[in-house]
Amino acid sequence: MNQSPYISGSTSVSVIMLKVLLALVPGIVAYVWAFGSGVLVSLVLASATALVSEAVMLKLRQRPVLPFLLDGSALVTGVLLALALPPLAPWWLVVVGTLFAIVIAKQLYGGLGYNPFNPAMVGYAVLLISFPAIMTQWPAPLSLAHTQLGFADQLHFIFSRALPDGVGLDAISSATPLDYLKTQLKLQHGVAEISQAPLFGVLGGKGGEVVVGAYLLGGLYLLQQRIISWHTPTAFLLALAVFAAGFHLVDPAHYASASFHLFSGASLLCAFFIATDPISGPTTPKGKLIFAAGIGILTWLIRTYGGYPDGVAFAVLLMNICVPLIDAYTQPRVFGHAK
Amino acid sequence: MLTALLVMIGLALLLGIVLGYSALKFKVEGDPLVDKIDAILPQTQCGQCGYPGCKPYATAIANGEADINQCPPGGEPGMRALADLLGVEPKPLNAEHGLPKPKAVAFIDENTCIGCTLCIQACPVDAILGAAKQMHTIIASECTGCELCLAPCPVDCITMEVIPEKVGNWKWRYPVIEIKPVIEIKAA
Amino acid sequence: MISSLRKLTGLLKFHGGVHPPEHKLESTVTPIRAIAMPATLVLPLRQHVGNLPKIRVQAGDHVLKGQLLAEAEGSVSAAVHAPASGVVVSIEEQLIPHPSGLPDICITLQPDGEDRWIERKPVSWRETDRQVLVASLRESGVVGMGGAAFPTQIKLRPNGKSSVHTLIINGAECEPYITCDDLLMRERADEIVKGIEVAQYLLGAERCIVGVEDNKPEAVVAMREAAGRSAIRIEVEVVPTLYPSGDARRLIHIVTGIEVPSDKRSTDVGVQVFNVATITAVYRYFEFGEPALSRIVTVTGNVRQPGNFEVPFGTSVSQLLEAAGGSLPGTNDLVMGGPMMGFSLPSPDVPVTKATNCIIAGAPDLFPAPPPAMPCIRCARCADACPVSLQPQDLYWFSKSDNFEKARDYKLFDCIECGCCSYVCPSHIPLVQYYRYAKSEILAADKAKEAANLARERNDFRLARIEREKQERAAKHAAKAGGAKAEAGVDDDAKKAAIAAAMVRAQAQKSEVVPQNTTGLPVAAKNEIAAIDARRGDVQEEKQEN
Repeated sequence: MNQSPYISGSTSVSVIMLKVLLALVPGIVAYVWAFGSGVLVSLVLASATALVSEAVMLKLRQRPVLPFLLDGSALVTGVLLALALPPLAPWWLVVVGTLFAIVIAKQLYGGLGYNPFNPAMVGYAVLLISFPAIMTQWPAPLSLAHTQLGFADQLHFIFSRALPDGVGLDAISSATPLDYLKTQLKLQHGVAEISQAPLFGVLGGKGGEVVVGAYLLGGLYLLQQRIISWHTPTAFLLALAVFAAGFHLVDPAHYASASFHLFSGASLLCAFFIATDPISGPTTPKGKLIFAAGIGILTWLIRTYGGYPDGVAFAVLLMNICVPLIDAYTQPRVFGHAK
Repeated sequence: MLTALLVMIGLALLLGIVLGYSALKFKVEGDPLVDKIDAILPQTQCGQCGYPGCKPYATAIANGEADINQCPPGGEPGMRALADLLGVEPKPLNAEHGLPKPKAVAFIDENTCIGCTLCIQACPVDAILGAAKQMHTIIASECTGCELCLAPCPVDCITMEVIPEKVGNWKWRYPVIEIKPVIEIKAA
Repeated sequence: MISSLRKLTGLLKFHGGVHPPEHKLESTVTPIRAIAMPATLVLPLRQHVGNLPKIRVQAGDHVLKGQLLAEAEGSVSAAVHAPASGVVVSIEEQLIPHPSGLPDICITLQPDGEDRWIERKPVSWRETDRQVLVASLRESGVVGMGGAAFPTQIKLRPNGKSSVHTLIINGAECEPYITCDDLLMRERADEIVKGIEVAQYLLGAERCIVGVEDNKPEAVVAMREAAGRSAIRIEVEVVPTLYPSGDARRLIHIVTGIEVPSDKRSTDVGVQVFNVATITAVYRYFEFGEPALSRIVTVTGNVRQPGNFEVPFGTSVSQLLEAAGGSLPGTNDLVMGGPMMGFSLPSPDVPVTKATNCIIAGAPDLFPAPPPAMPCIRCARCADACPVSLQPQDLYWFSKSDNFEKARDYKLFDCIECGCCSYVCPSHIPLVQYYRYAKSEILAADKAKEAANLARERNDFRLARIEREKQERAAKHAAKAGGAKAEAGVDDDAKKAAIAAAMVRAQAQKSEVVPQNTTGLPVAAKNEIAAIDARRGDVQEEKQEN
């Protein structure tokens, strides 16, 4: 016998996750167009690892496997992590990162709904701290690369770290725009001068800005579908933009512009896909604003003053710690109560 | 070196004075621990804990003579509340002191009662109405179900009637949704 | 104009709410139909909030239609009347429509088919004293017909703690499937308006507003026309269709903008709300002397001819289903109330009560079994949907882990159990069931705490009494022992003298002439005896000498 309510107007967790994956498709397409098809290998590796490790963990924890696998949350974690990692990363890097994300950051905390930290960001942070050199080896945008590897060569490189004869690592890789900015600023060059480098496109890094634009499209789709609310992306982007623009206004030579920050690195991926993770984020609207603004400010701080070129992962993890406090202090006023 | 020493001593003295003053000035006259513990106990006054009533048991807990898991009428929620209050680890109820039973009230079979008043003297909350050679009866609303009246009755005319679940006292059940085969189902 | 402005800006819309599919057209095709008088009427005593009424009949009694069967007891109580003339068959426990499925005391009546009324006493209410009118309502059996079943006389008390300036009549009927109020407004708008006039007279309200959702255009028209014919000014406010706008506090907020504080009643802010059917029942009681005997019930869902029926209380649901053409195959559930807040009936053989507004025959295609619940993903869709702006996910975690203190702090008791949260949950968690469980447990724990406090007092008093008795006994002992010693100080000599005197007396008694058996003898015999005695004496002397 059922109990009230007897009707339901809800979607399901699987549908939500599916729409998130759909929203990532433009980004993935742009990625392949800008950086080559290597990213597809990472995606497949990460997805497979995520699903298999989740299935094994569920079995060990004596939970029903199929419903939880089909809800798509492990898949989304894997895909997001793969998109955050360098596309030509070795296969074991992707696998280790995904394993960490699913097994330790998600299943060991209790599985779906119980992880206090964003699993993809945990995986990323672990990899960044453990293998900093490889994590900063990004491929050059195809339009800039000396040599363009074919898909078979990329596959070979991912699994064996061997490049075709005559092709050196320098030929296919380059620093990311953020990385380049950081090193050049340390070398006392001004921002205006740095922006003239071929690496930089109109708004952000060449190639990268197209990908980021595609993420923006996906994010708008998510907003329209009411999968995410406007609070998180708006607060994050606004906070990042305000800080960047503010400092750029005061000292244009040493601080990059707002548009640069918004369109580089993982900013837009974070705004719409990472910071909006419901499980590790706050549940109140005001809380979401504070949470996202915090991530924005921390991202800018880490990018400008921190040791890492992109601060999104650590910013997210740091704000994840604050979520229970934010939730407790942003409880909305209940109808009929004074406060 | 001397300066450092003097500074540290000075700080210590200052902080000591501040703390001592605060301890005296802002002292809170709270409930003594015994009252706080007694407020948690269910007041059945049954003696299953080994003490002649809830207040003596509360006193024993406060003195560290008794453990928190000796009260069956309080059940697990009572034990947990005591654990919370005292800041100790919850532990399973001690079966030596009895196990939780559904709430019951005593009932005197009036055909058999001889009016000896032994049960009246035994009831810890004076829930039995009667006098010598007069009919005795249990005031059901005051009966705590402690069962202390059962033993003294010479004609064994008192029984415990479990309070039935009626529309008036019915409670909603904990929703059970099977995600995995359950080993222990919450009380139905 | 103000209302259209409100609708545009949505300023006076409450937070959250959902738009479930309405399913109202099915049961509004036909007008309200009558139902054949059933063979048995089962009338539970518990059809309202408050004390159980006192039974005034016994098995075997013959009763008339409208006769008082049970009298209201205490101030918060309602009477039960016979919906038909007949014989009281029994007064015992029967199955009632309650989520527990437990039985309760019912008066079972067997109608005799003659439909004989008691002597009805209409009152010309405009000329009667308000207090008298409200006092008489206590015996009318009228309770809230919107589902809350609160005794109406309590809500119509004039000169209460605060005066009521706005009277709101609730014609919103926001739950899907239910259309009884809609049809009542379409067909009996004049009676409703007369009921409003009575309530306005009793409460002295300055404004009378009827709130109707905009999915009931015919009802709006009918009410507006009837209101136009009324002597007093009655406004008909059309509110946007949004579940649960029919909740009293939500409706007050939409219509007047007033937010009733959670710890106060609506009358404390000068507003009172009545359901359209309730207010009609009040009118009929005064105008025709008819106590509450029947109500309109929507029968819909998986039945052949969904519709609305005028049903005497006590009619069994199975008969109602027959009147609606019978349930179609595939019916696997009977829901009393709407799909958002209703509950499943334990069996079709339960009676219709004063709170029964709708019976839905459920089937797998109408009410599919929900998929197994997933863990909460903290998406907060429930918080977005909650009309009370609560945090259902927090309440869920606290209720789930029995953390009742925190649940109470997060305002669990403000929850109106509307079901919006469960409706939108992507993990299909039955949130409302957790809150009902938690509320039950908290209320039971509170009651147990009160009982424990009482027991503690009684125990303390008993120990004090025993102590006092001990003291009294000790005092008495002390007094007695002291008194005994004092008596022992009397003169010893006097005692001795008394003993000596007694001994002398005893001696004297002994030496007194004891009557001998020779006293009555003749003299010659006496002389002879004397001579013998002398001779004996001489012989004894001689013996002694020798």
